[in-house]
Amino acid sequence: MRGSDLLKTTPAGLYCAAGDFHIDPLRPVPRALITHGHSDHARAGHGHVLATRETLAIMAVRCGPEFAGATQAVSYGERIGIDGLNVSFHPAGHVLGSAQICVEAKGVRVVISGDYKRARDPTCAPFELVPCDVFISEATFGLPVFRHPDAAHEIARLIDSCRLFPERAHLVGAYSLGKAQRIMALLREAGWRRPIYIHGTIEKLTRLYEHEGVDLGEIVRVTGPERATLGGEIIICPPSALQELWSRRFPEPVPAFASGWMRVRARARQRGVELPLVISDHADWDELCETILATGCSELWVTHGEEDALVHWASTQGLAARPLHLIGYGEEEVEPCEPASPADDADRALV
Amino acid sequence: MNRFAELLDRLSFEPSRNNKLRLMTDYFHTTPDPERGYALAALTGALGFQHAKPGLIRALISERVDPVLFAMSYDYVGDLSETVALLWPEPVQASATAGHNRPPLALSEVVTTLATSGKLDLPRILARWLDALDEMGRWALLKLITGSLRVGVSARLAKTAVGDIGGKEPNEIEEVWHGLAPPYIDLFAWVEGREARPEATDPAPFRPPMLAHPIEEPDLAALNPEDFSAEWKWDGIRMQVVAGHDANGKRVLRLFSRTGEENTHAFPDLAEALASLPARDFAVDGELLILREGRVQPFSVLQQRLNRKTVSAKHIADFPAHVRAYDLLSLNGEDLRSLAFCERRKRLEAFVAESNEPRLDLSPIVRFKTWDELAAARADPASGGAEADAAAVEGIMLKRVDSVYVPGRPKGPWYKWKRDPFNVDAVMMYAQRGHGKRSSFYSDYTFGVWRDGEGGEELVPIGKAYSGITDEELAQLDRYVRNHTINRFGPVREVEYNSDKGLVLEIAFEGINWSSRHKSGIALRFPRINRIRWDKPPKDADRIEVLEGLLKERESA
Repeated sequence: MRGSDLLKTTPAGLYCAAGDFHIDPLRPVPRALITHGHSDHARAGHGHVLATRETLAIMAVRCGPEFAGATQAVSYGERIGIDGLNVSFHPAGHVLGSAQICVEAKGVRVVISGDYKRARDPTCAPFELVPCDVFISEATFGLPVFRHPDAAHEIARLIDSCRLFPERAHLVGAYSLGKAQRIMALLREAGWRRPIYIHGTIEKLTRLYEHEGVDLGEIVRVTGPERATLGGEIIICPPSALQELWSRRFPEPVPAFASGWMRVRARARQRGVELPLVISDHADWDELCETILATGCSELWVTHGEEDALVHWASTQGLAARPLHLIGYGEEEVEPCEPASPADDADRALV
Repeated sequence: MNRFAELLDRLSFEPSRNNKLRLMTDYFHTTPDPERGYALAALTGALGFQHAKPGLIRALISERVDPVLFAMSYDYVGDLSETVALLWPEPVQASATAGHNRPPLALSEVVTTLATSGKLDLPRILARWLDALDEMGRWALLKLITGSLRVGVSARLAKTAVGDIGGKEPNEIEEVWHGLAPPYIDLFAWVEGREARPEATDPAPFRPPMLAHPIEEPDLAALNPEDFSAEWKWDGIRMQVVAGHDANGKRVLRLFSRTGEENTHAFPDLAEALASLPARDFAVDGELLILREGRVQPFSVLQQRLNRKTVSAKHIADFPAHVRAYDLLSLNGEDLRSLAFCERRKRLEAFVAESNEPRLDLSPIVRFKTWDELAAARADPASGGAEADAAAVEGIMLKRVDSVYVPGRPKGPWYKWKRDPFNVDAVMMYAQRGHGKRSSFYSDYTFGVWRDGEGGEELVPIGKAYSGITDEELAQLDRYVRNHTINRFGPVREVEYNSDKGLVLEIAFEGINWSSRHKSGIALRFPRINRIRWDKPPKDADRIEVLEGLLKERESA
């Protein structure tokens, strides 16, 4: 048996015929295994969903309690038998509840890593290395120009800027699941004792993190009139809010954005960011390379991102590597922006 | 180097002119000589060393990084210096080795070392510096030595910042500028009130040009036609011709671009002719054009001369350079810039007549009584008076008859009223990642129109467009390209295109010419995306005959 007998790509995403399930399917399917709660991986409308308890909770917050016909919670490391296959979930270090999915049959082991990172994150379980034959990796930052600095260093720059410009509000664009809460936790570790203000759309998920036992200190939802008084404070908002009228009510806002993309100056400038913070929940180039080698895999499949460079590198390491060209992932990091093209909708599958 | 790198980094992210000024003023205020002087030289493009060639930097990185990964990274980042700064491997034992006790690399050390060291030493020196700096420092160093800072600061803005530290106007700095050299110790001493004003000794200084605001037809109603004088807007290159005599009485003649770069050496034919004019000293503002037998050639002809690195005698003879004068800024020691336009024009007419030089002529006045009359001339320059030169007209310049000549782009006195662009509906065929502001996105699109091919209807590429879209549309097009790629040729992606599937782009362009270099036989001038036609099926895009018809129509006119 080979990896390609176990999993193949279909218009709905990765599919395991032996177990009749999809992993992170892009359209509704009867049975889905979900790696983590970002909306490009965790979609509503499946018949049955298998995921970690935290991921199921996140999906319920985002899509409502009726997001699937039936759900089943799985713990990290627990082995589940599905039609003669062994399936287990292992921490991916990406966001709360994020998991790599290990599928094993007849001595062949495939690990679907979902999105992952190796850097420390106080808000979720650290990545666990799972040795395997086929490793399926993302490549969001699959170019050697992406080397994320220590997140604490970036947080220190943010705090310095607040001291330097005590009259200006510091608006930090951060994805509402994971990145926002990680920034809060890192600010607390760096000794920021003031309340941290948040945009309304971030509140539910933040409360969920707190409910799951992540200590974030005093988090205050920003209401209309107080915005003008928040000079020198840190306000966390979804990245899209940086460009909205909402942000102009703050005193002389400093637009900051916490993302791995901020490593490339043009990306920061394109978004009108004045304080780029290179903080990412994805593996950088070095982490991707180290992780791939450490799994001991002989085959690498790359789901999405800058797959060409990673595939090239893997082949120089003697690995059989191929891109899957899955379309539809990566939207958590790339701002949603659907073209109004009818042709585009019809083709949202595989090329 | 650290402080300078920090300044460049912050400038590159700061959109507001005033905040850029504040950052620079603060830097000049708090940084000692000679560091700040070299920084000023870097910002104004006044550093004299030979810029490092991109090839040298590529060679250095290729010794350290897999060439395929470098190529992909460069394609993504879109900027060589930044790519190398990001990719450069951190030295393994930076703190443990000899570098440990060395003081941090200073900008003045970089500048003075580059001025004295030989070409052969450069790779070794540069590698040592790159090892000693962090990512931001590497980026700034590479920007500096390749001579392309691109942090959105003009020489004038940097000089304004220097003036701001001592309450001096930018024009006061400009007046003394050409007599000074880096690191400008005397300039800072004067601005800070510690020493007397430096002597201005330049016999042929550049004068910052006056620029026009664009105007559209509806805006004209608010203006009185009697207040304005009109000229053709020539499709050439803005040029300032300045002549004088140095301390030894020797003739000095300089040709300056709009931004004050001297390009006298690129036009020896023109410089020689103009140096022999009878006036003792003068400064003329005009347009560089190629004239053959008295007829202005289209921009595509001028471009063939501009593209040359060295000019041969044959090239000079084939592409004779001319200046079409439209303003006179000074004459025989008298600064005319404070006179009204109509007064300067009289002096200019007399000056050109007296010069009697075939390489210098007058930009004619377009006579009109009403805006409608002028609109008609603009729509059809050939019958409006431009006659055989009509192909080189790209619109109308409007100047208030009472306008004094002020540097910069003041609102009100001068307007440019460009001709309406042409439009064509074309189909996207290939895409490539862009550079600069739009790097890392698929932002350069090759598009084509239909023609009869051997195997039936086919698309033939007619041009490439990079601009015209908003950032939001750019993100949509980038996504479209990534999701509809059918082929990859290195950095170029071929997208899906046939009569049913594909994306139609409405392309606006300023002009059209026959071209033997393009498969389609035509070349568009200034093509840009006017609209994305998500709604339009590719089979309804335009045919090549439409463009050919346009060309023939213009030729017969």
